[in-house]
Amino acid sequence: MNYSNFLYMREEISLIVLMVVLFLYDLFAGKKALNFFQPVACVLFAIHTALLLLPRGVGEAFGGMYQFNEINIFVKSILNIGTLIVFLLSSNWLKSEGTVHKRGEFFFLTLSTLLGMYFMLSAGNFLMYFIGLETASIPMACLIAFDKYKKVSAEAGAKYILSAAFASGLSLYGISLIYGSVGTLYFNDVPAGITGDPLQIMAFGFFVVGLLFKISLVPFHQWAPDSYEGAPTTVTAYLSVVSKASGAFVLLTLLYKVFGGLMDQWQAILFATIALSITVANLFAIRQKNLKRFLAYSSISQAGYIMLGAIGGTALGMTSLVYFLLVYLFSNLAAFAVISIVEHRSGKINISDYNGFYQTNPRLSVVMTFALFSLAGIPPFAGFFSKFFVFAAAVDKEFYVLVFIALINTVISLYYYLLVVKAMFINPNDAPIASFRSDNYTRLALIITTAGILVLGVASNIYEYISSISYGM
Amino acid sequence: MNILSLFVLIPILMIVGVFLSRSMQAIRGVMMSGAILLLGLSGYLTALYLNMRAAGDRSPMLLVSDMTWFESLNIHYTIGVDGISVLMLMLTSIIVITGVLASWKMNPLPKEYFLWFSLLSLGVYGFFISLDLFTMFMFYEVALIPMYLLIGVWGTGKKEYAAMKLTLMLMGGSALLILGILGIYFTTGATTMNILELAKANMPIEMQRIFFPLTFLGFGVLGALFPFHTWSPDGHASAPTAVSMLHAGVLMKLGGYGCYRIAISLMPEAAHEMAWIFLILTGISVVYGAYSACVQTDLKYINAYSSVSHCGMVLFAILMFNTTAMTGAVLQMLSHGLMTALFFALIGMIYGRTHTRDIRLMGGLMKIMPFLGSCYVIAGLASLGLPGLSGFVAEMTIFVGSFEHTDVFHRVLVIVGTSSIVITAVYILRVVGKLLYGGIVNEEHTKLTDAVWYERLSVVTLILAIVAIGVAPLWMSDMIRESLELFVI
Repeated sequence: MNYSNFLYMREEISLIVLMVVLFLYDLFAGKKALNFFQPVACVLFAIHTALLLLPRGVGEAFGGMYQFNEINIFVKSILNIGTLIVFLLSSNWLKSEGTVHKRGEFFFLTLSTLLGMYFMLSAGNFLMYFIGLETASIPMACLIAFDKYKKVSAEAGAKYILSAAFASGLSLYGISLIYGSVGTLYFNDVPAGITGDPLQIMAFGFFVVGLLFKISLVPFHQWAPDSYEGAPTTVTAYLSVVSKASGAFVLLTLLYKVFGGLMDQWQAILFATIALSITVANLFAIRQKNLKRFLAYSSISQAGYIMLGAIGGTALGMTSLVYFLLVYLFSNLAAFAVISIVEHRSGKINISDYNGFYQTNPRLSVVMTFALFSLAGIPPFAGFFSKFFVFAAAVDKEFYVLVFIALINTVISLYYYLLVVKAMFINPNDAPIASFRSDNYTRLALIITTAGILVLGVASNIYEYISSISYGM
Repeated sequence: MNILSLFVLIPILMIVGVFLSRSMQAIRGVMMSGAILLLGLSGYLTALYLNMRAAGDRSPMLLVSDMTWFESLNIHYTIGVDGISVLMLMLTSIIVITGVLASWKMNPLPKEYFLWFSLLSLGVYGFFISLDLFTMFMFYEVALIPMYLLIGVWGTGKKEYAAMKLTLMLMGGSALLILGILGIYFTTGATTMNILELAKANMPIEMQRIFFPLTFLGFGVLGALFPFHTWSPDGHASAPTAVSMLHAGVLMKLGGYGCYRIAISLMPEAAHEMAWIFLILTGISVVYGAYSACVQTDLKYINAYSSVSHCGMVLFAILMFNTTAMTGAVLQMLSHGLMTALFFALIGMIYGRTHTRDIRLMGGLMKIMPFLGSCYVIAGLASLGLPGLSGFVAEMTIFVGSFEHTDVFHRVLVIVGTSSIVITAVYILRVVGKLLYGGIVNEEHTKLTDAVWYERLSVVTLILAIVAIGVAPLWMSDMIRESLELFVI
């Protein structure tokens, strides 16, 4: 075995080193030093993120088990940025009684899931992919049930792990059928064996469920609202952004690279799930009262928009999908930043609690408004650009009907996003949430996300960079 | 830098200025100086444009400049103007400055109000100078969304309902537009988003048949095309004064302008083929709007329905596909913009004093506030088309142009359309008679005072502009006609 192959796994190794360092720190540091655990973790992780931004070539290691290219690295960086913002958001929650003694665990678990996502992204073999998927899922269940003394949190964790296990089971079954039919599990060799016979179509059908579940597309979305609502808000933020982003991109690469021969079939599947996700989730979102649940449905419908990028199978599609992920990350995390600080300071989480929020906390209201407008796709915020580009990618391959359905749904989604804006700015309230000052970590997270929302769209360089490293089928 | 970019830059500076302001005086200072600069700039631009044309520059768009934005999708920031957009910019500047004057005493939250107000005007200016489909659409949406908060927070009556209805209907229109724009871009070979180049590209007729109705309807919603006009009465009635002025005065023109510039210019074959459907719809807008205005009792509703009728006339004339009628359409946009803004300004001032807009509860106001009363009469006369004022010029040109079609279908439509002039007279004179010259209904009203300086300034500016169009329309119609002919349809 050639050990120099390990050098290619730079980001995974860096992440494992980071985990070990944090683990030792948590184990051996004194009580006083532990107070700095969160800042230290954030700084170390920021260094890790920065290291990853360095350019690197294209290639594979371990005989094709592990693959890397520029777009993979870029998506990993997106995940890193998302995780970093989530770490910043976690400060209040981690300091609270009942969580403070296990703050180390929060970081290990989160980083383990991230490691799993890295493996998924770089996998060159179905087994590698499956290990990554499981590494990303199981610690996630622990994270969701992190506030285990709260019934909802424990319940949400149980729900997640049960449905995740079921989905992985189906996925694994699909993989076994693929192996039976093609005779190999390497991504490089599978396409040659894809003939389009019914067994392979069935295999693909089973296999894809695992990922559709992870991205929470309808009809595999049922776990999402409950898990989102029950999980600690910080974890919900992580779940809705980082976990979803990795799943969406992995699905895209698998469709492009491995299942190119089944394009007609997967386009039909995607067509149905996208149309359903966007529509069903939007209709449910309208009636939500709890803001976390509301954002859960909103993120299911956003997942539909994300996959609009993949359906065409073009380089334009890949560009628009990755760009959408980036923009979605900043918009959704901005919304969660506001929700988590408000929840921490006032314990309130319903939309009606936000009535009159602008009078007491104008800045937070403005950030929230920006985030929601960006999610709804309104210029000059970044969400407008990302939505326009995924539509362009789908229209390019003449999915007019699908884009039409999606466009009608943008209007519906605007309605429910405006309901929150209306609560903050228009609805009267005698006792609005009291005015408070955010702590520095949250403030930093708010500044980063707001800057992202405002800059990403207008500055076209980022889009152009993604475009230069994307590839089509 | 291209002088046109200043139209985007100044509103941005206004937003920053208002954001940094600490007092009402500072906000007013920023807004007024911005508005004056914009008005001056529009005036300068008009003179510059006329000079360039006089010097023999025959290119369809002047002062064009181009900056690549998203290279891989051929999205550029391309700007340029022709006679029509120059006049539209002038109109916008007049409405903005009078709008600022009309909201001189804005309360509560003046800062936020003017922030959104500036953003709205930024969108409108950007829309009129853009020559790139994407950029144009982006500015279009920038202009739409501030309406929600402007109406929702500072409006009156059923403001939340009206704001939501307006936003959703207009956004529904723009959803159709996105599909239309993408369709145009990809079916012409995905090489350019520039309107001038797209007009030269040949789009297959079967694709035009799909995308023309989408684009026309998309813009038509904003142009109050029947049956998608229902946002307009509620929206205008609930909006604060200056927002009604800006919205009816300028924003609805975005609809007509977009229909002409994108739907018809880029897809002329389908436009000719399908014109009859939309002609019937706009014909209904014209007549139905006028009839509805006759039975309303709320001053703002009367005016809003009258807007539906007059804006319907714009689309009606555009669909006639001849230069005279289309010139009339642009004149009508200008005339309607000014006169509706004047109406809404006056209604706002009257409402600010009497606290009611119901004409049954008011009467004899001419004796109490002679200045506002006389101005209302002038606005009314302009609206019903008195020669010497702007309405006459516009409607005359439209109907003369439309009557050039000799077939029965067009003739009948024109005759039906013309009947709206009579109905307009009915509802205008009804209001004027009841509101201004009738007996005093409420004794409390006798204590009210007439307009103050900033109100007078705002109203007089608008009246001067209306009279200017009415008295000297020729240079404008020449400007429009020339642009129409150069931008080959």
